Amino acid sequence: MKFVYPRLFARAGMFAFSAVIAGAVTVALAQNSTVEGIAKYRAALQDGNPAELWEARGEGLWKTARGPSKASLEKCDLGLGPGVVKGAYAQLPKYFADADRVMDLETRIVHCMVTLQGYTSADAKKNPFASGERKSDMEAFVAYVTAESRGIKMNVSDKHPKEQEAYRLGEKMFFFRGGSHDFSCATCHGEDDKRIRLQDLPNLMKVEGAQKAYTTWPAYRVSQGELRSFQWRLYDCFRQQRFPELEFTSDASIALTTFLARNANGAAFDAPAIKR
Amino acid sequence: MRNGKMGRVGAIGMAMIMVGCATPLTDEQIGAKATEILKSSFKARGQAGMDRLDQDETQRLCTQYAGKEIPKEVSERVEKQNLQAVKWPADGKYLGDFKNGERVAQEGRGKQFSDDPKGPVGGNCYACHQLAPQEVSYGTIGPSLYQFGKLRGYNDDIRKYAYGKIWNAEAYSACSNMPRFGHSQILSEQQIKDLVALLMDPNSPVNK
Repeated sequence: MKFVYPRLFARAGMFAFSAVIAGAVTVALAQNSTVEGIAKYRAALQDGNPAELWEARGEGLWKTARGPSKASLEKCDLGLGPGVVKGAYAQLPKYFADADRVMDLETRIVHCMVTLQGYTSADAKKNPFASGERKSDMEAFVAYVTAESRGIKMNVSDKHPKEQEAYRLGEKMFFFRGGSHDFSCATCHGEDDKRIRLQDLPNLMKVEGAQKAYTTWPAYRVSQGELRSFQWRLYDCFRQQRFPELEFTSDASIALTTFLARNANGAAFDAPAIKR
Repeated sequence: MRNGKMGRVGAIGMAMIMVGCATPLTDEQIGAKATEILKSSFKARGQAGMDRLDQDETQRLCTQYAGKEIPKEVSERVEKQNLQAVKWPADGKYLGDFKNGERVAQEGRGKQFSDDPKGPVGGNCYACHQLAPQEVSYGTIGPSLYQFGKLRGYNDDIRKYAYGKIWNAEAYSACSNMPRFGHSQILSEQQIKDLVALLMDPNSPVNK
């Protein structure tokens, strides 16, 4: 389903107002009514979130014996001990001693698929994002695990030196300018109250902005009919940044996630959300 | 308990590692490491090759000073270098067709790995700027350009400035958020002239 609503609203707004006298005041009114229209649309979306379908599918898959080792993921240690899913996402990314590295949720799920279920790392990473008819088990796992942290306060650790380093690396990457357009993350997410077209942009350099943005991913995207993970969010931001393709569970993706997740500390996690 | 023992062994090991590298990396070292990790975290796809991560001096300096006060000599150096690199139109004319300029300003595709390399490439100006008042779906990362020519005067100095700014924004404002559309071969000379017309033609909707 393709539903490019900001353009649609904009066009509708233009037709509606073409009947009225043109001028700056009218434009300002059209602007406000369009923004209000989008706000109403977003509010209406909250009533029923299809993300629940992904959560249920993810839970089912999580508890099913799969892979060469015919094991489920129920013994997966997401940081709070084997088998504990409740609240785990609110503390990720974190340092895992058994892997001697900082891992985000998706990286940890890959780790569990390899160690518990016997998949190769390549097989576990093979289908990170759904596309068309092809569903992604990874996105379902993400929906299930993140939903189990709903309402829990973000509490990402900075105790381990590798956690501290990942945060500092992520911060540097946030400001890295490159590509054909000289864009960095900060180009769009470094100031308050900015928009691309009519899309509001969170200022991820401020606590409130990072909290609001990070706690509402993953999200069911109405325009795509898919549930999208935070790994996808980074991947698609970099696509629009005109960078090459960010590799799934790459070190850069983990460092950036650490930077953004820790900046969201203290806020109650509120996802999977629903977005246009 | 196995876990407890592991924890203690881990703690001792960790203490040894921390003694081994007691001083955390300096800001400069972290920056260098971040760049190195970025380069191993992407793969070429479509028209977006790995060379997109090779920074020129402007990108490197603007990364280095991001979120900080840029020293005056650095910003002057960035602006001077970029101004010298501007390729001015051979025919000395800056004004193209404002109607085509509007199309270039609307078009958001181009240079993404998901875009057809043979397909259209636009400036996506409305993503960040207000231009013609009929388009209410505009962004606010850049300033409003509504009545750009009307407010500044329809003269050659401003036409030349508009052309140079679109060709290479870094020539006028070091570490600007705006892409260097001509310099980085995003838009053609003709497309930039058409955008100048959108801003500077008295008949353009921008100046109504």
